[in-house]
Amino acid sequence: MAEAVDYRYVGTSPVRPDGVDKVTGRAQFGADQNLPNMLHGRVLRSPHAHARIKRVDLSKALAMDGVRAAVSGADFPAVESGEIGGEGGGDVADIARNVMARDKALYHGHAVAAVAATSVEIAERALEAIEVEYEALPPVLDVLEAMAPDATLLDEQCFTKNLPEKPDKPSNVASVMTLARGDLDAGFEQADVVVEGEYRIPMAHQGYIEPHACTATVNEEGKATVWCCTQGHFEFRAMTSKILKWKISDLKFVASEIGGGFGGKTVVYLEPVAVLLSKHAGRPVKMVMSREEVFRATGPTSGSVCRVKVGAQSNGKITAAKAWLAYEAGAFAGAPVMPGAMSIFAPYEIENFLVEGHDVLVNKPKVAAYRAPGAPQAMHAFEVALDDIARQIGMDPLDLRLANAADEGTQAPYGPKFPAIGFKACIEAAKKHPNYTKPVPEGAGRGVAAGFWFNIGMQSSAEVRINEDGTVIVMEGSPDIGGSRASMGLMAAETLGVPYEQIKTYVGDTESTGFCNVTGGSRTTFATGLAVVQACEDIIAQCKSRAAATWGMDDDQVEWQDGQAIPAPGVNADVKPLSLADVAASAPKTGGPILGRASLNAQGAGASFAVNFGDLKVDPETGAVEVLSFTGIQDAGKAIHPAYVEGQMQGGAAQGLGWALNEEYIYDANGVMENAGFLDYRVPVASDLPMIDTQIVEVPNPSHPYGVRGVGETPIVAPLAVASNAVRDATGVRINDLPLSPPRILAALSGE
Amino acid sequence: MAKVVFPDHLLVHTGGEREIEVAAANYRDLLVALEERWPGVREPLNKAAVAIDGQIYQDAFLEPIGADSEVFFMSRIEGG
Repeated sequence: MAEAVDYRYVGTSPVRPDGVDKVTGRAQFGADQNLPNMLHGRVLRSPHAHARIKRVDLSKALAMDGVRAAVSGADFPAVESGEIGGEGGGDVADIARNVMARDKALYHGHAVAAVAATSVEIAERALEAIEVEYEALPPVLDVLEAMAPDATLLDEQCFTKNLPEKPDKPSNVASVMTLARGDLDAGFEQADVVVEGEYRIPMAHQGYIEPHACTATVNEEGKATVWCCTQGHFEFRAMTSKILKWKISDLKFVASEIGGGFGGKTVVYLEPVAVLLSKHAGRPVKMVMSREEVFRATGPTSGSVCRVKVGAQSNGKITAAKAWLAYEAGAFAGAPVMPGAMSIFAPYEIENFLVEGHDVLVNKPKVAAYRAPGAPQAMHAFEVALDDIARQIGMDPLDLRLANAADEGTQAPYGPKFPAIGFKACIEAAKKHPNYTKPVPEGAGRGVAAGFWFNIGMQSSAEVRINEDGTVIVMEGSPDIGGSRASMGLMAAETLGVPYEQIKTYVGDTESTGFCNVTGGSRTTFATGLAVVQACEDIIAQCKSRAAATWGMDDDQVEWQDGQAIPAPGVNADVKPLSLADVAASAPKTGGPILGRASLNAQGAGASFAVNFGDLKVDPETGAVEVLSFTGIQDAGKAIHPAYVEGQMQGGAAQGLGWALNEEYIYDANGVMENAGFLDYRVPVASDLPMIDTQIVEVPNPSHPYGVRGVGETPIVAPLAVASNAVRDATGVRINDLPLSPPRILAALSGE
Repeated sequence: MAKVVFPDHLLVHTGGEREIEVAAANYRDLLVALEERWPGVREPLNKAAVAIDGQIYQDAFLEPIGADSEVFFMSRIEGG
């Protein structure tokens, strides 16, 4: 088991290696790739939220000067149902129909055709020349109405999955699931207090600053290169391969720098279209979404209705908990209701519980992953109910959580027993934190909530190359979203025993490095980091072997210590230690270039728990909420680069507070999003939030040599309930639904 | 014999049986035993994650299973 020890490089916070290029504008993002003779692609999108596509005629667009290619659903092959593997974003047949509609447009903004022209202006005029005949259908916009037996169907072939028998009739409920343990009725009978509520949260977007963008070029041999902003270029390659039915070896994907993803850039939208347009045109094609397109046709995360009932004894012990979850999937199945159901009670030891989840089709964009997908909605509901329990029994909300906290050996609601986890340590840290022990400011309210995410491992590869002068190249394939290049460099430095400054980490394209699953699931520092460590260990083994050969010893007579080969203890030899630079310099004589590598499917990603609290103030005249202070406390296992861990905690808090206070998709009766821009879809800006205070708790993950747990997703989970509970504390009024926007707060305060 | 537990969404493949006991030396052998018991169950199990004695595997293969092991099949987790 990894110990919580001090390391030389791990646990330090050097300046990020990509920082200078980003602040000086040298960094190449998705839209920055330009090629000679490049065309510009644009997408025609459905004006209806639900419609049959009767006919698409591209001929007038194709006849225009400057237009070089045009495609619609008929130009794409039929794709069989199947999974991509890893983080595939759902069924590949659904992804294909989301990339380009075939017989039906399923949401306002659904792609129905695309053109490539010599300028953006010509491409946009060409879109107007495309003739599409629609048969408009009634849109299904509300998750509960979509579940009604007589609801208009999005997909006549959708039969609810996971029922004991295949249902007789199709439904908008794509799947159901349940988790249960114990005796619910008996549990509620033991309760002294019972709280029950329904909590609604509308769709929200990941809100990354950089819109989706790509450039594709297909050469005369039919081989494509695609530059794009992505969280996983290997999975984008796989999706494009399946959607176009091309061989993987005919597709090369290069990941650009990425201006935020948060899960929303784990699935393709433009890339297969750009490849097909480039193939038809014989020229490179660049496609860049507008912000409006990003809102209407990418992401978001599920809107939800969660009903929770929880019973507890007067000593705070939870005796029973029940949850009913309905998540909007958007136009295709795949709402993250399963992880929502698995996470809702995960921080707690509860003997009797039942969770029922529903994945529901509605005429809105196909949802994509968003930081801890599914957990914030469900856990908001339960953490708010727990707050009400604490009020009713007069118990400190942290003490209530401590009284029920999961610990090592607790049977998680989703099955296994937890190994070492840090939830109790986070609660104890919160209780002692000066922001918690100080009084709540006059007129404000304090909210408390817990956060959780499973974290994942999956496949990663890494190569470590030793240059002739002993400097080091680390090559891996995980797009760097949160500073992972620095973390890889730190782990390589620690393992090899050489200064961090001697190491350069590159994110290779799909043909220059081994396969890596997507940067998502808080997996990169854990899993790709594990590959880097193992590749470094491969280097060390080779260096020891070469030193042994140089000294005329056996391999086991040599040790690697502080970046150099030395005789093992007890080996009597008058030799000078050989540094990495020494071994590299003699490499031509000892076997040639020194190259270490590792590939793995990492298992044992440790779950990450958090406790958040904040003081919020409500303006009773305007309904505006001011965040006076916010504190995140989270178990990172071991923080490889503490400043980046804090950055993840602060970023997650900012996004969670934005989701809680202002962000929502607002639709009209026809299913048209009315606020598809950053002026009307209100993400928090710097002036909206105080500095987010952080405290990193370190309970090492026994499955990683440095004890790493993923940290990127847990931070977004708790802020939703923190905001709800603080507003309740400040106003005395419980508002179950989000966002806590000024109109909703004013209505609640006036008793509406 | 190891305790093997299936989540609700896989019960349709196990004839409704939620928990059984199986003797298997490792995960590969466990899958063979389960496929013999319920032909066709291997495919949905290959799409599931599995926890063996608390350790979650998205893709288990030769992980050892002891006589007192607890094996829980569960949904795979994705993430953002």
